[in-house]
Amino acid sequence: MKLEATKFRPREVVKHVLQTAAASLQKILTLEGNVADDVPIEVIGDVLRIRQILTNLISNAIKFTHEGKVGVKLYVVPEPPFAKEGSQHGSDGSTANQTTTNVPKEETCTSTSQTSSDQRGFHGKKHEGSCQNRSQSEPGTPVMNGKIDVTEEQAELPETTVWIRCDVYDTGIGIPENALPTLFKKYMQVSADHARKYGGTGLGLAICKQLVELMGGRLTVSSRVHCGSTFTFILPYKVSLSCDHSDDSDDPDDLSDMDDHGDSDDDATNGFFQFQPRTLGSLFSSNGSSRTQKLLAHNIGHVNSHKINGFSENYCSFPTSNGQAKEMDLVEDACSVAEALEISSEPECSFSHSPDHDSESAICRGRRHHNDVNAENKVSSIDVSTYSETSREVDVKVKISEPQLPAERQGRSDSGSQSTLNTSQEVSNSISKPKILLVEDNKINVLVTQSMMKQLGHTIDVVNNGVQAVRAVQCRSYDLVLMDVCMPVMDGLQATRLIRSFEETGNWDAAAKAGIERPSPSSDSLQPDCTPPKHIPIIAMTANALSESAEECFANGMDSFVSKPVTFQKLKECLEQYLP
Amino acid sequence: MDFVNQLQRKFIDYSSSLHREGIVDDQFTQLRKLEDENSPHFVMEVASLFFEDCEKLINNMAIALEQKQGVDFKQIEECIHQLKGSSSSIGAMRVKNACIAFRSFSGAQNREGCLRCLQQLSHEYSLLKNKLQTLFRVSVASRCLYVCLVIFCRGNEHAEPFPDVLVFQLEKQIVAAGGSIPRVH
Repeated sequence: MKLEATKFRPREVVKHVLQTAAASLQKILTLEGNVADDVPIEVIGDVLRIRQILTNLISNAIKFTHEGKVGVKLYVVPEPPFAKEGSQHGSDGSTANQTTTNVPKEETCTSTSQTSSDQRGFHGKKHEGSCQNRSQSEPGTPVMNGKIDVTEEQAELPETTVWIRCDVYDTGIGIPENALPTLFKKYMQVSADHARKYGGTGLGLAICKQLVELMGGRLTVSSRVHCGSTFTFILPYKVSLSCDHSDDSDDPDDLSDMDDHGDSDDDATNGFFQFQPRTLGSLFSSNGSSRTQKLLAHNIGHVNSHKINGFSENYCSFPTSNGQAKEMDLVEDACSVAEALEISSEPECSFSHSPDHDSESAICRGRRHHNDVNAENKVSSIDVSTYSETSREVDVKVKISEPQLPAERQGRSDSGSQSTLNTSQEVSNSISKPKILLVEDNKINVLVTQSMMKQLGHTIDVVNNGVQAVRAVQCRSYDLVLMDVCMPVMDGLQATRLIRSFEETGNWDAAAKAGIERPSPSSDSLQPDCTPPKHIPIIAMTANALSESAEECFANGMDSFVSKPVTFQKLKECLEQYLP
Repeated sequence: MDFVNQLQRKFIDYSSSLHREGIVDDQFTQLRKLEDENSPHFVMEVASLFFEDCEKLINNMAIALEQKQGVDFKQIEECIHQLKGSSSSIGAMRVKNACIAFRSFSGAQNREGCLRCLQQLSHEYSLLKNKLQTLFRVSVASRCLYVCLVIFCRGNEHAEPFPDVLVFQLEKQIVAAGGSIPRVH
């Protein structure tokens, strides 16, 4: 999958995604967006994919939130520790290059630094950076009031990298702890009932995670049941110093001039958007924040308080509807979430590299929310509150409808977005022909599929029901299984579950329970389990084109599906995607 | 050669009409792609299998629907499911659609409705079988003719006309397949 690098405007993207979501919103929810003013006006990145990720997270949030709000927060953070592993920017991780150097603010500063120092056991500037005022709490950061900390190195770069963190938060049903570890796994949903009730393919988060990681970032989550969730992704973006908006950005002195602009400009001095269902458009609410200006280390013509393309923004890092009781509950609960996460066993939330960071970021977030609220910041928005309250009176039909990643619904498009998702799957080496198993009870379908596969150059094994499929997998190691869903004796869903159970546990207990005797020790695939059994791609062949069927497939552990009738195109794509 | 071309054109036209009338859909085209030198009669083979299967299933359903002590709708649904799957796989669109309609009646356990559906299904099946068999005959005929031409052209330096007997037999085939014999020139 090729990543694009296009210039785009984060504020516009956020606004547009929220606007789109609001347009189809059928519940009484507030959608809000909040872009810190240290976020550059223009950044370079794969805007299409970022938009997809944002859309997916927002639509998930909307789907699982029945009252309250869903929001997006965007703000700059220092280069996170995980970036060092694969950093291409030659950054040595020194805060100087990447951090936001700010003019110290009022009480928010204090509270934030307090937040930072309160966090136990965290490491990584990522957390410090969750509020952009963390410069205070970083001992090593050269902070110069009203000045940009520009190192020699940076000044000479034609472009630099800024790490922007995006929180997608909601006041929804939350995610139970035990579901967190598998949340980002493909086709996993909280439960089968959950899948039935809420729909979805269970692919969205896995795709988002992969995309984010592909772009060099991380996707994490924190949540509390009945309170809400926050999904966070942090991504690096290049910023071109030759940006049009640069007001002689290279000259630090000029930037210090920006100091003066912020406070006086009240109108639209914030990157705050709010949308309600059935509104005629966006509502830009000036929250009257009198944030003092933050200067940016990136030496780029950034947001200042001037209206730029109508998006003059001021940094406003805290949930702005703080005045509302609901949000208060949320943030307090978010704090408890954080605590809960600390206490409970560490969920391997999103990535294996640094599980610590997951819970810590959650802790951080929770704490931060908590403290932020307490620290009453001027952010708040009486306007916003009023507006929200008014809007609640609007009688809106409650019907769930949300935009979805187009890729989620169709097997075919799945192959596009998933093209990189399977790189980690181990498959047999290319020397031997791939072993493919077809599980299908209908003779005609067998004939047609087999002939197609033959023409595509593959010979396949055929069995006619789920039990035979499990036995086949017990005896032989396959590289791909095409599994019909509806079959007599045992259907494809159950067969898949049993196979996955073997892959997860290393034993065939579940199958034995279902009445399939264990394979004899002499079978070649049953090695002493030094190595975990490899994951076999299992593709469902569904006759039922309705989405529920697809979800069920994914919920039961299938990797993808093709809808019948089977065609060359579908088979080819399957093979291309799942075989080496 | 013109004769062969005409026949082949006939085949193409006939085949197109099947698509137009919805007797077959794109999936049928997929099946045609599966014919190559290794399996030159693949479509016919699959179709034959399908005909057998279909007849058996229709039969079973008819019997099930006649049971005085109570109709086993579950069994009927299973038959429909199978038939829908097969017809879908070979591209027999109208048969497939008939199955879909049938399914809702069997789901509702409506015996009368099922009987009507079964009748419709039988009708669609007959139609399909007739048309496909015609198509195959034309296809075979044109191939035969082509082969004959090749043989005779190669073997006959003087390019004499075909032996009457052979022509006669071929003509019979073509006519039986619903074609017409163009004027010989």
